[in-house]
Amino acid sequence: MFESLQDGLQSAVKTLRGKGKLTEANMRDALGLVEKSLLEADVSYEVVQAFMGQVTERALGTRVLLSLDPSEEVIGIVRDELINILGPVDPSLHLRGELTTLMLCGLQGSGKTTTCGKLAQLLLNNNAQPMLVAADLQRPAAIDQLHVLGEQLGVPVYSEKGANDPVRVCQDAVKKAKQEGVQVLILDTAGRLAIDDELMRQLQAIDQRVGPDQVYFVVDGMTGQDAVNSAKAFNDALELDGVIMTKLDGDARGGALMSVKHITGVPIKFIGTGEHLDALEPFRPDGMAGRILGMGDILALVDTARQVVTEKQQEALEAKIRAGEFTLDDFKVQLESFSKPGLMKKMIGLMPGMGEMAKMMDGGGMDAEGDARRLIAIINSMTHGERRNPKVIDPSRRGRIAAGAGVVPQQVNELVKQFNVVAPIMKSMAGQGMAGRMQAIQQLQQSGMMDPGGGPGIRTKKGTGKRLTPKEKAKMKKQREKERRRRRRGS
Amino acid sequence: MGIFDRKKPDKAGDKTAQGGFLGLFKRGLEKTSQLLQTDVRDLFKEGDRLVDDDFLNELFAILVKTDMGAGPAAEIRDKIKADFRSRKIEMADALQTVKDQLLELMQQPEAPIDRAASGPTVILVVGVNGSGKTTSIAKLTKMFINEGSQVVLGAADTFRAAAVQQLTIWAERLGAEIVKGEPSSDPASVAHRAVARAIELNADVCIIDTAGRLQTQTSLMQELGKIRRVIGKQIPDAPHEAILVLDATAGQNGISQARGFSEAADCSGIVLAKIDGSAKGGVVIPIRREFNLPVKFVGVGEQAEDLALFNAHDFVEAMFAEHFAGQR
Repeated sequence: MFESLQDGLQSAVKTLRGKGKLTEANMRDALGLVEKSLLEADVSYEVVQAFMGQVTERALGTRVLLSLDPSEEVIGIVRDELINILGPVDPSLHLRGELTTLMLCGLQGSGKTTTCGKLAQLLLNNNAQPMLVAADLQRPAAIDQLHVLGEQLGVPVYSEKGANDPVRVCQDAVKKAKQEGVQVLILDTAGRLAIDDELMRQLQAIDQRVGPDQVYFVVDGMTGQDAVNSAKAFNDALELDGVIMTKLDGDARGGALMSVKHITGVPIKFIGTGEHLDALEPFRPDGMAGRILGMGDILALVDTARQVVTEKQQEALEAKIRAGEFTLDDFKVQLESFSKPGLMKKMIGLMPGMGEMAKMMDGGGMDAEGDARRLIAIINSMTHGERRNPKVIDPSRRGRIAAGAGVVPQQVNELVKQFNVVAPIMKSMAGQGMAGRMQAIQQLQQSGMMDPGGGPGIRTKKGTGKRLTPKEKAKMKKQREKERRRRRRGS
Repeated sequence: MGIFDRKKPDKAGDKTAQGGFLGLFKRGLEKTSQLLQTDVRDLFKEGDRLVDDDFLNELFAILVKTDMGAGPAAEIRDKIKADFRSRKIEMADALQTVKDQLLELMQQPEAPIDRAASGPTVILVVGVNGSGKTTSIAKLTKMFINEGSQVVLGAADTFRAAAVQQLTIWAERLGAEIVKGEPSSDPASVAHRAVARAIELNADVCIIDTAGRLQTQTSLMQELGKIRRVIGKQIPDAPHEAILVLDATAGQNGISQARGFSEAADCSGIVLAKIDGSAKGGVVIPIRREFNLPVKFVGVGEQAEDLALFNAHDFVEAMFAEHFAGQR
């Protein structure tokens, strides 16, 4: 559901990627991209401005400056603020002991009538007896629609054929509900194409004369910039108690919710996530924040990646790498963190553009966790000296290691080769943020370490293990020296 | 355009006195105009203004609020910036540039309904839930009947409760023939029978209503393809038009809707519904840019006759016309 939405924020992350320290200037760039993403999510312009001000103020504090990973920190702050703004959660309908009256209002086509049905279903699930009231006397067949819903649900529907005063209909419905011992009355009011005084007066009249306990504003999840205007009109005319956003089962990012929340300040109660009557979910600000931000996968990646390597491990490792001491032992620690069940696939699936690879892993084309475990077994069969300096591994040692790990000697060779490729990459990764690390992992994949098409990570060759030609050896040596020089310059 | 040359019964004030298409269209866009004009006037309150960041930000805000999207708005802003950076400019110059930019983006041939050479013209109407399909069909029907055409409606929205009743009420009011399906029956079969009925009656137009669906619902989108095929079997060129009804209050998701429905139903045009509200409908700008999808009609009110032919020049002119008239 998020696939089409993330271009903006992914570019924001790219901007942040690789920047070791967050300066005020480069944070502004990133926040600018966040701003664009919010606008593309249909958050109203003035709401975006207010929000960006808020975030900037918070981000400019010490928390960002002290953070080890500033890019994540900024995005984390953006998300935290979004969650803050969209909360707090209050999915309760505040039912009273006696008859509770709920009133739904909103623009035409926002989904009021369907939402009435969904609320009735929810009440039935909670053993409360609802009754629907057809107070939409404008739209042709609106009353019929409510009756059909009532039949589907087995819920009574109150309507007056030929009536033209919705206030009267609602008042009669209240009387009827009291007679019949109904617990919750749901008023389905008329929408308009645009907000107009006539509609507002009508709604106000219902509000004053019928006195609903809760008034909910129903808003279409695809609404654009106009959300501030309609929310303001309804909020001014009525005492709103909650908001329900509909049609969120599609790919709309629902930024209008932020606008509505900003204007009304009332809790967001539910979201509609499908055409069926049970598709009404209690609102969760965290999920919605990611959706509006359009970077659900990046946030999930950050969250997941944090589980992979603990901060302390990471610091120790980076210190070692910086000192040029990345050994097979350290390689093993990295492998171990990736071989946690399911983690590898999840991380790869979350990486932008790597969805195909995750599918391939699903298709049995690759067993990344198994491969990682096999590599760990090979390293475990080495002596400490061999782990520190794999160059000492001669044919006899190779045979011993292979026997110990239960692999063929060629696989030991392959591991050493892979390590020689990986080590410089790991060294270049030192000191980078999470995004940089992920990039390096992608490089790893390209290096053949986790080649999705090539079956198991270690290719077992049929013939004798290919030895490096002198030319290749010279090339690798040159690369290592280059890397060493680069590092010396850097430190 | 004869049908638009009439005066709408006046409700509030007498702003409709202009009549004609442009007048009707302008009324719909009045709020858009007001916004753009007022804000632009504010921009230039003290006469000529220096084109600085504040100026450009204010301009950007005005453009974004039309729902054209941050991308096109930034493009227009940057054009102004490139042309006028650090200069003091008159409002008319800035507005002209904005207008030119909008017109350039929205330029398209006028595109009325593509009528069949012979036999009934079949029009398939699609869109997301609540976008205003049924009301737009009523308006199209009214237009065709006013032209003297005979119209057959196919109530192929067999999913939403009472959708068939809603269309039936309109058919009775407007004097159109209607072919209905049982609730939950196959919409393609209703479409088939509607077209068959149109052929039988030798009707001029057959309009097929479909259930609202989100463009992400793959199986429902495939159903539209099936409806198309079923219609095409009866009349080789049919449907002659596949109209996407787009809610003018919709934001950037309109782009995704245009993409999804174009792919599934091979849309030939858009009806921009509900533009009489405070919503601006600016999302048709990026849609026009990304897909070769013209806006054919604009729904400008709640009455059956409130439908206007879309014209890019008038669209842009109507946004600024009064302002220019007052200034020059």
